[in-house]
This record gives sequence, structure tokens and C-alpha cells, in this order.
Amino acid sequence: MLRRLLIILFYWERRINIKLRVSNFTQQYEGMPIIEDVSFYLQEDEFVTLIGPSGCGKSTIFNMIAGIVPIDEGKVSIDGEDCTGKIGQVSYMYQKDLLLPWKRVIDNTALPLIIKGDSIKEARKKIIPYLALFGLEGFEYKYPAQLSGGMRQRAALLRTYMFSKDIVLLDEPFGGLDAITRSKMQYWLLEVADQVRASVLFITHDIEEAIYLSDRIYVLTERPARVREEVAISLPRPRAREIVTSAQFNRIKKHILFSLS
Amino acid sequence: MRKKWGNIGNKTIPFIFLAAILVFWQLIVDRGIIARYILPSPVDVILVGMKILPEIKVHLYTTLQEALTGLMVAIVFSLLLAMLMDNFSLIQKAVQPLLIVSQTIPTMVLAPLFAMWFGFGLLPKIMVVILVCFFPLVVSLLEGLNSLDPDFLNLMKSMKANRWQMFYLAKFPSALPNFFSGLKIAATYSIIGAVIGEWMGGKAGLGVYMTRVRQSFALDKVFATILIIVFLSLVLFKIIELIQFLLMPWRRAINK
Ligand SMILES: Nc1ncnc2c1ncn2[C@@H]1O[C@H](COP(=O)(O)OP(=O)(O)OP(=O)(O)O)[C@@H](O)[C@H]1O
Ligand SMILES: [Mg+2]
Repeated sequence: MLRRLLIILFYWERRINIKLRVSNFTQQYEGMPIIEDVSFYLQEDEFVTLIGPSGCGKSTIFNMIAGIVPIDEGKVSIDGEDCTGKIGQVSYMYQKDLLLPWKRVIDNTALPLIIKGDSIKEARKKIIPYLALFGLEGFEYKYPAQLSGGMRQRAALLRTYMFSKDIVLLDEPFGGLDAITRSKMQYWLLEVADQVRASVLFITHDIEEAIYLSDRIYVLTERPARVREEVAISLPRPRAREIVTSAQFNRIKKHILFSLS
Repeated sequence: MRKKWGNIGNKTIPFIFLAAILVFWQLIVDRGIIARYILPSPVDVILVGMKILPEIKVHLYTTLQEALTGLMVAIVFSLLLAMLMDNFSLIQKAVQPLLIVSQTIPTMVLAPLFAMWFGFGLLPKIMVVILVCFFPLVVSLLEGLNSLDPDFLNLMKSMKANRWQMFYLAKFPSALPNFFSGLKIAATYSIIGAVIGEWMGGKAGLGVYMTRVRQSFALDKVFATILIIVFLSLVLFKIIELIQFLLMPWRRAINK
């Protein structure tokens, strides 16, 4: 009976193409509960955002999925397979850009290829076709310290992308940017996401950013993080910048604002 | 305006000060306030220095050879120990306290001991150099290896990097600034270490030469040798600074 049920569940997952499923994440940090029974999923080519207050445990959830921190309780499955605590299954962009100061942009973005065993020459060759798409043309031989915040994020994104897993975790990639650059980068990210076809799990505490980018949003509570609500964003795509002033957008915004407080 | 003065001053004031001391020194000796055989004047020292250059050359080479050999060996050993300590916390726990305590021992006092153990060849001198260079190198390397934000390592872990890749791609380069500060100290120590080793006896070397001229009360030659030792240390220091400049181009890029 249970077996039958499992098989049915398995095929159901296949049918709607669930890329990533997080089940019942529960985690403590130094005896303090920071995550409590968090479950969610990410479909193929979907853009899903986790939104929650500062310090509620969002980055910890990503670290658990990526297998960087040992998981107290819970399960990660990718394409229906158990990947709990397994490293290297997702492309993960940290909250900090973490560019190595002594490597030029091209070598920083090639880091995943170098780690996989490519020579510097081979790796650079593979990076070049992507420089334009990621807006880094002309900057490839600069050092990170010579770049603006927006450029550094683009470089970090390209590096994440070069790890080439179909699931991409982005932890507040635009957190440190000014409003204008941020808005440009959001628009650009949508374009890139559309072209490279990846399933993106995104973290932010900016409501507008979450709505503008996402297909679905999970609203998290204060620490310990729980899923308060799942919000589907039915705004049409492609999304123009002006969409943030539309009535429908503001209705969703109000709803999430209320849900967060 | 005042700020500008301050900037010029920072570079020129020490030179003016040094020049003043030298002129004062020269005057004292020239006026006969202090006898020449007790304190030679700066001009005397430089003239003697040029005169003895041909005979001192072989000594200079010997000292340089000991210092550089010792320094190289110390670099290799300190790298090995720092890597071991960085990778195995048991070794770190066992060695770290000893390392800190050993720093308070003036290693130079071991020179006579080495002379007794290893004779009067190059080996005891090189041993002194290794010993005095080793600690500043290990300590600065360890500090450098620990200075990296651990999230860099987590990021690399998430890309399935192995420990060796994490070391040479992230940890080691991040330790370079600290390593070079340690290396500059070690380099100046290396010359002094070799000279002190030579004081214990030997065939050649600036220390050996110094002992000889001291015994014949040629104080001007002692001073000239000291001058050469200082000069040698400074040159070594500058060479290392140049290597650092060449090896760390990203630092230059930031300053531009
Ligand atoms: N390595 C760590 N060092 C210190 N505190 C930690 C660490 N890991 C988790 N915590 C604690 O766990 C809680 C959740 O941290 P986490 O970084 O996941 O939050 P976050 O939602 O990503 O916050 P932010 O919005 O500021 O990025 C924090 O309150 C923090 O104190
Ligand atoms: Mg975070």
C-alpha cells in the first residue's frame, strides 16, 4: 500500500518536474533553533524566492541544501533522488561576492572549471563566450578591487553559472547595491535567467525584488524560520520594469507586507 | 599647504637628521675631541671600506652564501610546518605553544653550541641562519593562512574542490602578504645570523674578517665591515620587496 503510494508520488513528481524538494528542514545553531520544519519545492525553469526578515535563517537553508553545513533534520531531493548533505549538486552564489582578490575577473569566473581540472588556458577559452551575456566584456582582465559593486556581482554570478548545475541558489545577490544599479541588475537577471534556462532559488528581504523576479514566493517567519505562506505570482512574462507600479503588483506587495509583519 | 609640508617632511626629515648626525660625528673626530683610534670618522670609514673591498670580497661571498642557503632551507621547512599545522589540528595544538615560547629564546646564543657540534665549516653558520629565520617565517605564514574568510573555503567546497586546491588556489595566495612581511624580517636576520655564526670561528666570512681586524685594533675596518653588513641586509630587504611587488600585481592594480 505504502509502496504503491510512493510510486504514485514518484511519478507525480516526474510529471510536474520537481527539480528540488526540501522536506522538513529543522536546524539549530549552538543550541538555538534557527529553522523549524521548513518544506518547499522548486520546479523546472521556475524562479522561486524565499523572503524573510534579516537573520531569520535564510542563508542557513541554502548552506543545508548545498551540503556545506551538516543537517540536523530534514531531507533534500533533487530530480527525485535523495541528495541530503551531498556536495556539488547545485550552483551556489553566496551572499558575499567572495571574489579572490589576486585573480583577474576571467580567472575568478573560471574557478569552477579550474577546480574540475581544466588548465587556465582551456578555462579562459570557455569563459569568453559568456562575458558579453554577463556584461563583463572589457573587464575580464581587471582585478576585483577595480570593479564596481554591480560588476562584482555579475562576476560572482558568472562564476556560479560556470559550475553549470541546473539548480541555482542565489543568496541576496543584489543586497549591497544602490537602488538604481539594483533595479538594472534585476531586469538583467530576468533576461539572463530566460536565456540560460535554469531553475533558480533566490533569497532576498526586498519585497519588490521578490515579486518582480519570482514565479512563487515563500514567506518565512522571524527566527526560528518557518514557512508562513506560499504566494504564487501570476504577473505575465516577460516583465517590463513598469510592472512594479501596476495595481496587481501593489496588491501582492500589500499582501506580503502584511504577511511579513 | 601645511599638509604638503608634512608630506615632504616625512621623507626628507630622517635624511636631514641622519646627515646632521654624520656631520656632528665627523666634526667631533676632526677636532680631536675623540681620538681617531677609538672612533674613526665617517669619511675614514668610507675610504677604508673602499680600500678593503678587494680583500673583503671573498668574505662577503661566504657570508652571503651561508645567509641565502640558510634562508632557503628555512623557507622550505617553515612552509612544510605551516602546511602541516594548518591541515592537522593535532600538530597545531602540539606545536603552537612551543613555537611561541621558543620565540622568546634569543636563538643567537645557540651559535657556540653549533660550533662545538658541527665544527668550523659552513654547516654551523647555516644552522644558525636557519634557526633565526625559521620562527618569523612560520609565525607569519600561520597568521596568513588563518586570515582567509572561511566562506571562501565553503564556496570552494560547494564547487567540490579538494584540500590541495583550496590550499593553492585560496589559502596560500591569501597568506602571501603576511609571508612577505615575515620574509623581510627573516632576510635581515639571515645576514646577522651568519655573521654571528662566523664569530665562533671559521675560514672566511664577514664575521671572521671582523674578528681578525678587531684583534689587530683596526677599528676603522671594523666600522667598514659593519657598514657593509648593514648595506647587505638592506639590499636583501629591497630585493624581497621587489619580488613581492612582482608577485602581487593585484596590489598595484588597486593603488592605481
Ligand atoms: N556561522 C555562524 N556564525 C554566527 N551565527 C550564525 C552562523 N550560522 C548561523 N548563525 C545564526 O543563525 C541565524 C540565521 O543566520 P542566517 O545567516 O541563516 O540568516 P539570514 O536570514 O541569512 O540573515 P541575513 O538576512 O542577515 O542574511 C542568525 O541569527 C545567526 O546568528
Ligand atoms: Mg543571509
